[in-house]
Formats: sequence, C-alpha cells, structure tokens
Amino acid sequence: MTSAVSFKQVSRHFGSVRAVDAVDLEIAPGEFFAMLGPSGSGKTTCLRLIAGFEQPTAGSISIFGERAEGVPPYRRNVNTVFQDYALFPHLNVLENVAYGLMVKGVGKAERLKAAEEALSLVRLPGYGARRPGQLSGGQRQRVALARALVNQPKVLLLDEPLGALDLKLRENMQEELKSLQKVLGITFVFVTHDQGEALSMADRVAVFNDGRIMQVGTPEDIYQRPNTRFVADFVGSSNVLPPDFVQRYSGQHRWGSLRPESIRVSNATSGDGVAARLVGTNYLGATTRLALDAEGLRLHAVVPAGTALPAEGEAVMLTFNRESLHLMDEPA
Amino acid sequence: MIIAAVQSHPTPAILPGSGGMRGALSDLFWRRPKFLLTLMLAPPLLWLGIVYIGSLFALLLQSFFSIDEFSGLINREFTLKTYGDLLQAANLDIILRTVTMAALVTLASAIIAFPIAYYAARYARGRWKALFYLGVMLPLWSSYLVKIYAWKLILAKEGILTWLLAKLNLLWLLDTWLSLPIVGGNSLSVSFTGTFIVFVYVWLPFMILPVQAALERVPGNLVEASSDLGASPGQTFRNVLFPLALPGIVAGSIFTFSLTLGDYIIPQIIGTSRLFIGQAVYSQQGTAGNIPLAAAFTVVPIVIMGFYLWGAKRMGAFDAL
Amino acid sequence: MRSDRGQRAPLGLKVAAACGLLFLHLPILLIFVYAFTTEEKSFVWPPPGLTTQWFAVTWNRPDVWDALSLSVRVAAISTAIALVLGTLCAAAVSQTRFFGREAISLLVILPIALPGIITGIALRSAFSLADIPFSFWTIVLGHATFCVVVVYNNAVARFRRTSGSMIEASMDLGADGFQTFRHVVLPNIATALLAGGMLAFALSFDEVIVTTFTAGQQQTVPIWMLEELIRPRQRPVTNVVAMVVVLVTLLPILFAYYLTRDGDQIAGSGK
Repeated sequence: MTSAVSFKQVSRHFGSVRAVDAVDLEIAPGEFFAMLGPSGSGKTTCLRLIAGFEQPTAGSISIFGERAEGVPPYRRNVNTVFQDYALFPHLNVLENVAYGLMVKGVGKAERLKAAEEALSLVRLPGYGARRPGQLSGGQRQRVALARALVNQPKVLLLDEPLGALDLKLRENMQEELKSLQKVLGITFVFVTHDQGEALSMADRVAVFNDGRIMQVGTPEDIYQRPNTRFVADFVGSSNVLPPDFVQRYSGQHRWGSLRPESIRVSNATSGDGVAARLVGTNYLGATTRLALDAEGLRLHAVVPAGTALPAEGEAVMLTFNRESLHLMDEPA
Repeated sequence: MIIAAVQSHPTPAILPGSGGMRGALSDLFWRRPKFLLTLMLAPPLLWLGIVYIGSLFALLLQSFFSIDEFSGLINREFTLKTYGDLLQAANLDIILRTVTMAALVTLASAIIAFPIAYYAARYARGRWKALFYLGVMLPLWSSYLVKIYAWKLILAKEGILTWLLAKLNLLWLLDTWLSLPIVGGNSLSVSFTGTFIVFVYVWLPFMILPVQAALERVPGNLVEASSDLGASPGQTFRNVLFPLALPGIVAGSIFTFSLTLGDYIIPQIIGTSRLFIGQAVYSQQGTAGNIPLAAAFTVVPIVIMGFYLWGAKRMGAFDAL
Repeated sequence: MRSDRGQRAPLGLKVAAACGLLFLHLPILLIFVYAFTTEEKSFVWPPPGLTTQWFAVTWNRPDVWDALSLSVRVAAISTAIALVLGTLCAAAVSQTRFFGREAISLLVILPIALPGIITGIALRSAFSLADIPFSFWTIVLGHATFCVVVVYNNAVARFRRTSGSMIEASMDLGADGFQTFRHVVLPNIATALLAGGMLAFALSFDEVIVTTFTAGQQQTVPIWMLEELIRPRQRPVTNVVAMVVVLVTLLPILFAYYLTRDGDQIAGSGK
C-alpha cells in the first residue's frame, strides 16, 4: 500500500541552519499522525514541506505515491489549517469556506451549497454571513477547518491548531477533531508541542528534535518505551536514570527511564528499594507530585491524591516493578 | 457530500497544471521567486535610478563645468573653477545666513511643537486624539503656497496683525522691533522676522509628528515615578522627558533644517532682498543662466544634510521616524 | 505615552497646546474670509465689505482654468505612475527578504528627504544635458518621482499589517499567483492604495518647487499662484483660487485619513 506521505532522506537547510535534516518518514493513508517536538525542532518545517510552502534542499517527498518536489502548493491536493487560522478578513465566513472551490472554477450555487455543508460539519451552520472578525477563537478555528475540508484534501495538515484556545475549548476540539477524522477517513497530520495532545489524539507520533526524528511509534510506544533520553524527558517528563544506577537493578549498563507514576513511596527505613529523601511536594489535584533526592539523583514520583505522605525532609524508601524500568537504545 | 466524495471516487494527490500562459507563468513565478522579485523591483528601480539618481548625477556633473563669462555658454570641461566661485565672500554670506535661519527655525519649531506633541501623546484620548492628529495633518498637507499667501495677508502693513496690535495699543512694540537692525525692516512682510515666522509656521507640523511619536513610547508612569521621587516639574522635564523626547526632536529637526535650507519661495515672497541658498540656486540657473554655479550651490545643502543625518543617526533619531 | 485615564493636564500645557494648534489653523481660515472681501487693491483688515462677485470673476478667467486643467492632468498621470511603482516596490520589499532592501527604502524616500530644490535643479540639469525640451511629460517625470514615496509608505504599512499566512492560505486552497493577487492581495491593500493615491494626488496638485524647474513656460495652479504672489494682477482672484486650492487638497486628505484610520496612519513623514 502506498503511503499517504513519504519522506526519503529529506533535508531543508536555511543557510547553516538545518531545520530538517535527513528525515525518513512514512505516514499511512487514513492515519491520524502527530509531529511532536519543542519549538525549532523542525516539525513545522516538515508540515510546510508537505504543503509545498518549502522545498527540500535534498531528498524526495511523495504524496500518495506522486512526486511532490517542485509542485506548487496550489497544485497539491493537500490543505492546511494554519496556526493563526489565516481567514481572509475581507470575505465573510461562507465566502472563506467556498474560496478553494471558487478558484477551482466551481459554480456559485454549487460551491456555496458545499460551503454550507462544510459549516454544518464543523457545527457552525448559519454562520456564513458573519465576518471572521465577529467570531470567537474557537469558531474561527472551525471555519479554518471547514475551509480546508470542503476541498476534500487527500491529506489535511494542522499546524498547532489548538494552541490559541483555552483549556476547556481545547479539550472539546481534541475530541471533535478525532471523531471528524474517523468519519472522513482523511489522513490528518498534526503538529504540536503539547505531548498530552499528541498522545491523546494521534494513532502514531513522531518526536522531533534538532531537525531530526528521534522516535516514531504509537502513543503507548513513545510513552512507555522511549528510546532516547530526549524522548523520555520531553514526553511526560520521565525520570531519566544514568547507566550506573540502571545496572544495579537490571544488570545492564544502559540509560533507563522510569515513569513518575511507577514509583511507590513508603515510610520504611529499611528493606529493598532505593533510599531517598523527600525534598518537596506539589499538589496537582488528582495527583501529588513528589520531588525526591536519591543520593544526589533527582527523581520525581506521582502518587494519587489522598495517599498518606511523609513530611518534607524525611527519609523514604522508593520501590518499583522491574518491568517498569525501561532500558533505552541510546548508548551509555 | 464531503464524506461521500472522499470515500467514493478517489482524487489525485497532485493536480495537473491549469495549462496555458497563466498556469505556466504562475508556476514559473512560484519556482523562481527571485525572478518575480526582479520583475517587481525593476520598474520602480529603473525609474528612480534613471530619473532621480541619473539627475542627481547630472547635477553633480554640471557643478564641475563652468560658464564662459563672455558668451554665457556652458563650457563642458572638467574644472573646479565653479567651486572656487562658490567660495566668494558674498556666497559664503548667503550660506551662513541660510544655516543660521535654519537653526533658529528648528529651535523655535521644537519649542512650539513640544507642548502640542506632549499633550497629544499623554493626555488626548479617543476622539480628542483623532482631532489632534488631524489638527496636525491638515496644516501639514494644506497647500504650501496658500499657507505662505495667508501670511502675506497677515503680515501686510494694512493686514490683520497691525490691526490687532493697534486695537491692543501695542503698535509701539512692533515699531520698536522693526527699527532694530537685521531683524527689522519696513514692515514685517519684508523683514527677516517675517521670513522666520513663516518658516516656523510652514515646517512646524514636521516637528510635531516625530516628537509625538517619541513621546508616545515613553511610559506615563516614568513621569509619575520622577515626581514621586521628589523631582520638581522642571527637573522632571530636564532629566526625564527631554532626554526621552530628544530623538524625536532630532528626527523632526531633520525636516525643519533640510526644508529651510532648500526653500527659495518663502524668503522670496516674505523677506528682504538678501538671498538664501535656494534663491541663489534659483537665480543662478534662471536669470543668470549659470547652471554650473547653481549646481555647485546645491551641493552645499547636500553636504550639510549629510553631516546632519550622520549626527542624527548617531543620536538614534531614525528610530523615531 | 500611556497613563491613567482622568488625569488632568496642567493649565499651562493646555494653553500652550491650544495656542500652538490655533497658530497652525487660523492663518488658513483667514483665506476663507479674504475670498469674500470687496477690497481689490490691498490686504486691508477688516474687509470693508463682503461679496461673492469674485467667484464669478474667477470662473470666467481662462488662465485659471488652463492652470487647473494642467494641474489635474499632471496629478492624475503622476498618481497613476506612482501607484504602480510604489505598490510594486512595497510588495517586493515587504513580501520577501533580500539583500539591499534598506537601500531601496532609502532610494524611494530620497526624493522627498532632500530639499525640493535639489530634485528640481537635478532634473533641470538632466534635461539640459540631454537636450530634452520642457513639456507636460517633464512635469510628470518630476511629480511621479516624489509621489512614489507616499504610495509606498501607505502600501508598506498595510502589507505589514496583512498576515503573511493569508497568501499561503490562498495558495494552499488552490489559487495560483494571479488568483491570489486578484482575490486576496488586492482586496486587502485596496484602501491603502486609494489613500496613497489620494495623498499623491494632493501632493502633486500642490507642488511648486520642483515644478518651477521642470515646467518651462507652462502654468500649473501653484505656479499660477506663485506668479500672482510675486507680480499681483488681480488680488481677489488669487484669494478665491487660494480658497479653492485649500478645499481641493483637504478633501483627499480627509478621505485618506478616513480610509486608513484604524491601524496604519497616513505617513506624515511621507510629505
């Protein structure tokens, strides 16, 4: 089966800056794919390479098996939802949504009908006559989505589309995007710096750093089995354990990662486990985050709220299941 | 419809070009953005380069020609003789007079402009702000000649100013002033005082706008902080407001200074028979037909402004433009 | 400068600001009174009587009409040229980053930054060197050159406000370069161009310094007025023309202000 998007050794250099560096990537048709990474990690440049706003300095890109280098954005059946939405201020909502059909020469009655349908799809029926300036951030976001979807793209690109929304709205939108993607079956490529968003929405996640992909996998893979210190730390702030420490518990001299919620904290002063001292507690509502000092190694543990906690400064014993300790590929 | 369409008939991922001239051109522009850029820049750059820079070059060239004193024809051979002529005492007088006038006009504009700019920047809000803005923009854009004409009406012996002073029993003040050497004269409309007033009037808006722009950027609480720390209003002005407004004043002074240096119409209509640089240029190229000397004369304001701009840039005035 | 609302300005400042604004406006208002005076020979104040007869006299003066017609034609053509050149330059400078854009900005601003007499004499020398006789087009050549900056300033300010991703969005939705220009760029900069055009027209209509060097024997309205100021023939006619000129230039300025009032200001340093 041909990939929806395929990168082969793709690089995009701006002078001496390697925004994207020799990236290989396969995105399957119908997949909800997230590109996750800190700002400047190359994820947005990758998105722009798919859209056609950037051209690769090296390597080749194909979309559904067709070569995409040198093809201008207006000839790619790929549409983008921009971070700032980029709605046209001089057009009303309906004209905004119908824009893509208009420039393709679709008749007026037909394109307005399609635009109206697309607005219903994003649950904004009857908003067509308004100006973008009269809409709230969440509504603008839906219009931007409708404007892209009305063209029936083969791939829909979303550039941090939820970044400007407040928390509640963002959670609603996450669910909606996910169900919309399921219904339409369109390949979604989603760029975000929010690991929670990537894990909860995507079928697969690519973690970017310094223009390279560090790891690609299902959210569970990425979360439970990070292959590098960077991924472990960036995705869910795992405890990164140095090889010497890991050797004591697994017998292998490799970097390890241990999720904060896998650590159990007890008041015991002797027995099996890692001796540590409680340095600080941080109440987070459903859970409490503990900062611990194990002979100079700084660790974090997350325990359910309501757990009886030792006082700050007290000695504690840390235990965890051997299988929770994940050994990373990164060389020691 | 969207749902059905996506699932039923598959569309290509890459669409064919729209074909024809337009499609080909559009693809070309996209593929070669530098080509499009060149295409966009070529007309304005050719125009400005040929018409304007070319003319400036012609002007410079002319200043190295000389005029044959017997035939009155221009001798197109390289010489520095014209620049030698420029250094005659009478011409140096003209240059000194013009520069002094430009400096005084700049100073007076700054003093009058400051309260307007300060009020507009700090106190005017909403509708008043717009009113202040228009209040400066309208005179700025009003006809230059009409403004001069208005002052001819005002300063004329039989005009409104004399009438007003007579009503106030202050005519003696005017007479005393007019009897002074240099600044005085037969009436205000044929004195340096008149020239000065009109220069200040005509260029004042050019000073207000940059000063206001500079003051807009001063946080209001700086002034409060200063008075809170025990500074008197005078000290606050000297130590806080003035230094912060200075780049704006310097930016404004570029206009008032440069415009005064180059003007030949105001001193011709309202002023004495003693020439300013602009008038000298005008009469040399016109009645005297000595284009080389006129060209050499214009090099003077260019050089002065060159130094002025260099100094202004060092004071950070360009950020206030 | 921002500070709390409701703060009162010191009285001295208020008076100084008010006096400054009056100083700027009263002389122009005076022109309106003089247009109606019955006095023919001098500038006597107060006017001995008021009349509207000079409007009729002015109406029937062919030299005034000739000057007006020339001025309008010159301003129209110069504005059209400036619109094309200024917009192209603004688009190039603001849409792309390239080496030398500072130099281009400077080049555009130079004709207005240097004293008009330099532009004037420079053009005059060039015409003389190239043996170009004075004509309608020599005037236009000068006017268009310094009008470019006004259009340029307005267009650049608008381009800066227009989100760059809008052009990308248009292309993303399938519009090629021409469609994007027609459907997205043009509607977004239209009012700025209109404002720039208005200002360019007003600037050209009013210009005298450069024109004296490029017009030869032709008379635009400002040149006609300059003649009247130096060698007065019929003062009341000058009064009426002065008033009309004030109105003709103020209307485009007000309109331009109205068009650009939210966001970018009509660039004052553009004159």
